[in-house]
Formats: sequence, C-alpha cells, structure tokens
Amino acid sequence: MNQDGKAPVVVARDVTRRYGQGQTCVDALRGVSVDIESGRLTAVMGPSGSGKSTLMHILAGLDKPTAGSVEVAGQEITRLNDGDLTKLRREHIGFVFQFFNLLPMLTAEENITLPLTLAGEKGDDAWVKEVVGDVGLSDRLTHRPAELSGGQQQRVAIARALVSKPTVLFADEPTGNLDSTTGGEILQLIRESVDNRGQTTVMVTHDPRAASTADRILFLDDGLIVREMHGASSHEVITTMEEIGV
Amino acid sequence: MTRFALRGLLSRKLRTALTAIAIVLGVGMISGTFVLTDSISHAFDRIFTDARKGSDAVISGKSAFDTSSSDASLTPTFDESLLSKVRQQPGVAQAEGSVSTDSAHLIDKNGKVIQFGLGGAPNLGFSIANGKSPFNPLSLVDGTWPGPNQVVIDKETASKKHLETGQDIRVQVEGPVRTLRISGIVQFSSGLTIGGATIAGFDLPTAQRLFAKQGRLDEIAVAAKPTVSDAELVKQIRPILPADAQVRTAAQQVAKDASDTNSFIKFLRSFLLAFGGIALFVGAFVIANSLSITIAQRTRELATLRMLGASRRQVLRSIIIEALALGIMASVVGLFFGLLLAKGLFGLFDLIGFILPNTGLVFLSWTAVIVALLVGILVTLLASLRPAIRATRVPPIAAVREGATLPPARFARLRSVGAALMAVGGVAALAYGIFKHGLGTKQVLFWMGFGTLLMFIGVALFSSRLVRPLARVLGWPATKIGGAAGLLARDNSRRNPQRTASTASALMIGLTLVTLVATLASGVIASFSQAVNDLFTGDYAITAQNNFSPIPIDAADAAAKAPGVTVVGNVRTGEIHVFGKNAFATAVDPGMAQVINMKWQAGSQAVFSELGADGAFVDKDYAKKHNLRLGSRVAVTFPNGSTRQFVIKGVFDPPSGGTPFGPVTISAAAWDAQVPSPENLYSFVKTSGGTTAANQAALEKALKPFPNAKAQTRKKFISSQIGPFKQILNVLYVLLALSVIVSLFGIVNTLVLTVFERTREIGMLRAIGMTRRQVRRMIRHESIITSLIGASIGIALGLLLATLLIVRVDFLVFSFPTTQVLVFFVAAILVGILAAIFPARRAARLNPLEAIAYE
Repeated sequence: MNQDGKAPVVVARDVTRRYGQGQTCVDALRGVSVDIESGRLTAVMGPSGSGKSTLMHILAGLDKPTAGSVEVAGQEITRLNDGDLTKLRREHIGFVFQFFNLLPMLTAEENITLPLTLAGEKGDDAWVKEVVGDVGLSDRLTHRPAELSGGQQQRVAIARALVSKPTVLFADEPTGNLDSTTGGEILQLIRESVDNRGQTTVMVTHDPRAASTADRILFLDDGLIVREMHGASSHEVITTMEEIGV
Repeated sequence: MTRFALRGLLSRKLRTALTAIAIVLGVGMISGTFVLTDSISHAFDRIFTDARKGSDAVISGKSAFDTSSSDASLTPTFDESLLSKVRQQPGVAQAEGSVSTDSAHLIDKNGKVIQFGLGGAPNLGFSIANGKSPFNPLSLVDGTWPGPNQVVIDKETASKKHLETGQDIRVQVEGPVRTLRISGIVQFSSGLTIGGATIAGFDLPTAQRLFAKQGRLDEIAVAAKPTVSDAELVKQIRPILPADAQVRTAAQQVAKDASDTNSFIKFLRSFLLAFGGIALFVGAFVIANSLSITIAQRTRELATLRMLGASRRQVLRSIIIEALALGIMASVVGLFFGLLLAKGLFGLFDLIGFILPNTGLVFLSWTAVIVALLVGILVTLLASLRPAIRATRVPPIAAVREGATLPPARFARLRSVGAALMAVGGVAALAYGIFKHGLGTKQVLFWMGFGTLLMFIGVALFSSRLVRPLARVLGWPATKIGGAAGLLARDNSRRNPQRTASTASALMIGLTLVTLVATLASGVIASFSQAVNDLFTGDYAITAQNNFSPIPIDAADAAAKAPGVTVVGNVRTGEIHVFGKNAFATAVDPGMAQVINMKWQAGSQAVFSELGADGAFVDKDYAKKHNLRLGSRVAVTFPNGSTRQFVIKGVFDPPSGGTPFGPVTISAAAWDAQVPSPENLYSFVKTSGGTTAANQAALEKALKPFPNAKAQTRKKFISSQIGPFKQILNVLYVLLALSVIVSLFGIVNTLVLTVFERTREIGMLRAIGMTRRQVRRMIRHESIITSLIGASIGIALGLLLATLLIVRVDFLVFSFPTTQVLVFFVAAILVGILAAIFPARRAARLNPLEAIAYE
C-alpha cells in the first residue's frame, strides 16, 4: 500500500501556537512542519496537552497559528477571512467529532445532507445513496439522533463528512465516546473510505488500536512532532509511546 | 436553513412556549384594546344613528361657540313657535319638537337616585311627542306611550330596579321631585343597550315642565318629502330660523352628536394601547434574554453548523427565522387572546362602575388584526437582533471544545460605560421633555417617552454591574432563612450577572411605572387634602350623589333654610369664551366668603360679596398670562351669544391642590342672567355648632326632596372626591400588572433554562446529599433575589421619575408612598415565589444519577 508518490494536500510549515500572554503563556505548538499526503490515513497521537488537537485545529482552519503557514489544497489559509474560511470548509474540509455533534432536530438523512444544503447545492442523489449505503444506514434515515445508538450516530457523522467529497477529512477522537466493538467498526469504516475512495484523512486519537489502522502515525509531545511511523500494529504503537516517555 | 430553524423551535417546545408568552400578552393587550374600543365606538355610532333614525334634518339651539361637552344646562333653547313654521315649509313631510336632558333622575324605592356604576353615564330624559312618529328610536316592550304625568323607562333600569308598568316612580330633573306613573317600558328598536345610562321618556308638556323649558324646544326633527334631498330641506329651513337656532342634515347631526364620544374613545384607545406597548416592551426584554440564554446553550450546535460550512449570514438568518416564526405564532395567539382580554377589560370597567355599551367583542376592523400582528412580530424581531448577532460570533472551534462559551462581545469593557451614558442620556431627554418651556404636548410626550425608553435600556444594560452588590444585600435574608440552599441561591444569582440583570430588568420596568403612578397618586391625594383643609372653613359640602354632577339650585336654597345653617356658599360652573378661547368659568355667591378662605394676591375675602353684576376674580397664573390686574376689563362671551364686560376685583393665589374655582369667576347673579338652567357644582355650608349629629340630620331633612344631593362633612367630602380617582388608580395598577406578569414569565423562563444548564451540577448536589426540598428552596431563593433586584432598581427609578414630574408640576406635592412601596416589595417576593414553582419542581425531580450521566 505504497502511495508515497502522491502530492501533499495539507502543508504546514514552522507552525507555532502560543496561548495567553506574558508569564502565563503556554506554547501548544513550537514549530511543527508536516505534509499530509493525498489518499492516506494519517493518525496524530500524543498525550493530553501534547498539542495534537491544536495541530488539527490549525490544519483544519479552526484556529490560527501564532506563526508559520498552512496550505490546504494549495491555498494559504492562515490569513483567510471568515467568508473565505466558510468556503474552504464547504469545499475542502470534512469533520468527524468525538461527540458526533449531530443536530438533534434533524433526521439522519437531513443531518447527512446538511453540508450540501448549507452550500446551496442540490447534491447528487446517487452519491448520497452510495455514502449512506457505505456507512450502513439505509434503514435508519428517518430516525432522529436521539433514536440512534452511539455507533449509528457516528456513522451518520461520517456520512455527513463524506457527502461533500472533502479534500481532507479530519476525525477528532472518533472512537473516544464509543465502546471498543463499535469503535472498531467505525475505524473500519474510516479505513474503507481511504482504501476505496482514496479519502485523505487525518485522525487525532489516544487509542493505539485506532492509530494502528493508519498508514502513517505522527507522535506529538510538548508541541513538537517527536516520532513518525509508517504502518504499525497497536503493540508497536504502545511500545513507541513508552519509548517517547509518555 | 428555514427547516433547521423551525425544527429547532419545535424541538424546544417548552422554551418556545415560555418565550412566546411574553409576546402573547402584549399583543393580546393591543388586539384587546382594538376589539374593545371598536366595539364601543360601533355601539355609540349605532346609538347616535338610531336616535336620528327617520330624521332628514335636525334643528337645534345654537351656542355662540362650540362647547366641548354636551352640557345641556348651557345649550340655548329656542321658542316652540318655530315648529309650526317648519311644518309649513314645502319640503317638510313631518316635524316634531323635543326637549332633552342628561340629568333626568329616576328615584328608587329607597329614595336614592338610580345610577349605575360611577355615575359617569347620563340619566337621559327626553320628550316623546308621538310614539308612532318615525323619529322615535324606541319601541315599547310593555304598556303604552306616556301621557300627561306619565313616564316610560328603559328595560334594563326596569329589570335591575324591579320597576313595572302601572307603578309610581319619583322623578327629578330641574326643581322639586315629581311622582309620575310608569306607563310603559321601552328599549331601542334596534335592541341596543346603552351601557350605564338610564332613559326616561315623557310627553312634551310634561317634559317641558320637568326640565324647566316651558314653551321652549331643544330640537326639532324634520323628515323631508320623498323628492326633497336633505341638502334642499336644510336650505328651505335655514331662512326661517331665529338667531338662536341652527339646522343640520341628519348625517351632520349624528357626526356632531358622536364627536364627544369619539374623542373619548380615541383617548381610551391610546391610553390602553400604551399599556399594551409597555407589556410588549417588557416582552422584548424577556425575549432578548431567553434567546440569549438559548443561544449560549446552543453554542456547540451553532459551531457545528459553522464547521459544516454555514456562513455567518446563514446562522443569522436561522436565528431571525426562528424569531420570526416565534413572533408570528405568538402574535396570532395574542390576537385571539385579545378577545379574552377585551372581555376582562370590560369586566374591569364594569367593576369600577364605568359601564360602556358594546356590540359584542369581535374583530370589527382589519386595523386591529394588522396592527396587533405587525407590532408583535416586529418587536420579536427587534428583540432577537442582539442575540442573533451574538450567535454569528460563535467560532466554529466551539464545536470541538468541551463547555465552550460565547466569546465576550467586542466592546465588552466599554459596555457598562456606554450603558451608563445611555441611562443618563435617557434621564436627560426625559428632564428636557418635562422642564423645557414652550414644548407642545406631542413634543413633551415624545421626549418623555423616548427618554424613558432610553433610560430603561441603559439601566438594564448597566444593571449587570449592580447585580453583585445588590444580590449580596438582598440575598442576605435568603442565607439566613434558607441555610445552605439560600447560600447557594445567592451565589447562583451572582454567577452570571448579565443574565440575572436582564431577567430582573423586565420586572424593573413594571415596578418603575407602578411606583411612578403610586408616588404621583400619593402626591395628588396629599395636595388635594391639604388644599381642602386649608381653604374650607365651612362645616359641610353639598354635592351630587356621584360627587361631580351639578345639582339644582333649589337644593342649596332648601339647605340654607335648615335650622342651624348660618351661611351657604354656592359654586356654579360652565364653559365660557374668553380671550379667544373656551375656558371653564365658575360663579359664586357672597356666602362663599364665610366658607372658603382664599389667599389673595390682590383684593381680599370681601371680593366674594363685591362682585356684583360685572365683577370677576381670576387666579394668579391666568392674571399673569393675560396681564390682568385690579380694574382690568375682560370680555366674556356666554353660550347664549351675549358678551359682557367684567372688571377684575381680585387675584387669588391657589394652593397646589387647587381650588373649587376656575380661572375666571363671576357672581352667581351675573351667571344666572346668561345661563338657561343654572345649577350648582358644590354648595358649602356653615352651621352654628359645627359638624354635629343634629346639624347633619337637619341638612339631610332639608335635602330630602333632592335625592341627588348629599351633605358631607369635610373629611367625607375629601374621601368621596378622591374616590373615583382611586378607582382609576386601581385600573392603572391592573393594567400595569400585565407587564409584571410578562416579567414573571421571563423569570420562569430564565430559571427553566438555568436549571437545564445546571442539570449536572444539581445532580451532583443531590448526589452529595441535598434533599429535593433543598433544591426547590435553592431555586426559589434565587428567583426571589432576582425579583428583589428588579424591584429595588425599579422602585428607585420610579421615585426618581415621580420626583422629576412633581418638581415640574405645580399642583403636586411629594408624598412618599410608604405603604405602596412596601406592598410592591412583598409583591416582588410573591412574583419570585410564583415564578420559581415550576422550575423548582423540575429541578427537584431530576434523578441524581441521570443528571450526572447527562452529557
């Protein structure tokens, strides 16, 4: 599964992020450079406070770096205004949340097509059907989130993230709020979308098992990338984490 | 986005409903006002149209100027010989003369004048020359049309007072009481009822004698021949009219008849609409606050929308659509709630004796529907603007953060400075409106309204700064009574000062206005009592049973003859034309010098007896305005058209509570020479021995033939003069209560939302041993503290506004309404307790385990 030849779709250079000012300031990122290659699943690992979430927020255009640059699909995003960022999100970014973040008043189907609705696109019915089929929700479309299990809710969330064919999909602890069986199913789904459609994906996780499904694993500690692995079993991931001293 | 917004509303049914109530009540008041006033106006229109049914033209006595009231004692009559001349005109098919009065008093079996309610409605009396004539709007329910010494009365009066055909009834109009036989019972042919009025119909000679209008007529109703137009008829009649009569087409006459009531209804409408406006203004606060809290709680949801590609504009639109839907829904409900409120208002007016006719409470105009809906929707939209703009500032990153809060507004630090400036600016605008000389009524109202609005908004925004210190003081009792729960309640109320402040602000508005009214009323009562005590040196005052109607002069004459009575001083009043304007004049007799002690700037008490045929005295301000001093001459035109010169013989300095006298006062003798049927407004009596049981009995005996007159001691006179004022005051309180109710729902809403937000925390408290009772107590105390914050700011503002007004207005003194203020504080505590019932129960019901597990 060697896809090294592909061009990076997200490029971060010397990214630093400082919170607060003066004596109480905290450096969450202290100069991170990374390329996210197209069509691969990249996992970002690290303990709490390592800066992994901050990195993802900055890569996804949710937060601005104190210094450094970030390009998504060839576009420098750190100086975009709100309107352009909205456009960026519509066209290039998909997001899967730890707590699903479904809108409780909408049905599963309405949740899934919401990004299209917001962008004012009609949406391709066949494509929507395909995505829904892939996540295995064809018989749950009229249900409200409250009527769905955690796993089903996360499936809706994944379908929602995929429906707009994003350049890059960010998954923030996608299994963090699920039991291990259901978590496994979700990871498999993410893996399949990478394999079958070449969906570029960045996943932030604590879970060595989740990280082991990735093509590439970045280890962050104290605001820096300290190690990188290309394909690893969960055992290897655990060993690596212990080596780093986390 | 629309779907998302609407679904959102539906998914938060309770919150939506609680928020909507704030608008429902205000819109209800507006729609209710229209329903009520449209109905009254419609009823009066029909009454006036009915009364002219069959007439094509109406001839009436002609005043030298338009008097503002249909004062029957002032409008000149004309000679009845005109009737035969009118009948000879070629265009005239039929003509009938009549006399009428507003004070035909029917006397019940207990010797009391039959009056319904406060007595504001007229006791109509008129002649019915011919029951079958087309001019007669009445039809018989029972019996026959009246003959000599007979009377017909209306169905309502008959049934309320158990009067029947064939019975005798005593009637008094001008002069002594007469006993007449009831020949029949009548009603309007159209079936209309006429509110609190009574009707007495007589044959023409009987009526002329009773009304002291022998040989005279008030009106002639004329029907034209089929081929003659109304205008042509009027043209034929005009040349034969004497100088003291005029002719109008029936339509013109109806418009003229209705002009008084129309301006009254217009006033009533604006008056009631103002309270609807206040309720809506309070409602706007409640809505803005509820939406702010809801949006804060939906931060994550809104951020998720942003992450999924929603633009700021889309977020804004979704909130606005939500508000629009809420506004439409609440306004439609409010529109129909108005029908209920209109009924309530009628009941309220009935209760205080202000009985008005109506034609059923339904929507009679599109104006009602459109205005009520539009205002409700607009207010909701405006109130949602600030929360909606804040919603657009929710950053997408809030979707991935635990416990994300809204970012502080951009100018957060400048906010309290701006708010304080706004409040001060409001008070300044208000003061400008009050104190600036030479402003028109509309300008004064504009500046006062605008200033008050600005002040309220400014104080509401600033008050988040006041919450912490106020809650510390006002929450102290809670910590003593409520124990741990009380302590937590106090801390909770200080936790989110902005939220507590906005919730309290809604109540603040209601309490400011209530306190303002109470303080002004207290000032009015104090200054009036003081004035009576200062001026009145007599022992008794004779007034009409309803305290304000004129009474026959004979009553005072009879009282003068009673044993023990040494002096009677009479005051008559009516409209005159002077310095190019209508003014209320009074007329006094020499006896006044011994019963009223005035402070004279020029002249002395002796003026009363020196007025003679051409003397007058005026009050200080009137003298200054028209540059009058002793010896100045004033030309006064009376309603009968004659103009007389009067010489100023005194200038008095009235106390702040006023005097029984108008700006211009002449002698009773000069007055009676110009007015067709003069009557007294008050008679003041001095007795030998003062107020004793014997004197009271002697006066009552002397007044027995005048059932509409009563003799009262000074103390009773004061309280009965203030009585109607107190009734009006109660109406004001009830109307203002509406806005307090709106703010009560505002508190309920905030508490429900707060409980929802603190589910986990309450679960934790329960888990570590807080009982359900303690949970309820905690919520209740927080509610009471919030109410008390609103009440104390409101009462302080109310006192400030009242003081400004009292400083400006001469006839008011400041009198601190201690009882009322205490009552308001207790009421605020009650509002707090009531508002907490439902949210406290919800909080107490939370299962501790589920509450902790709640995500």
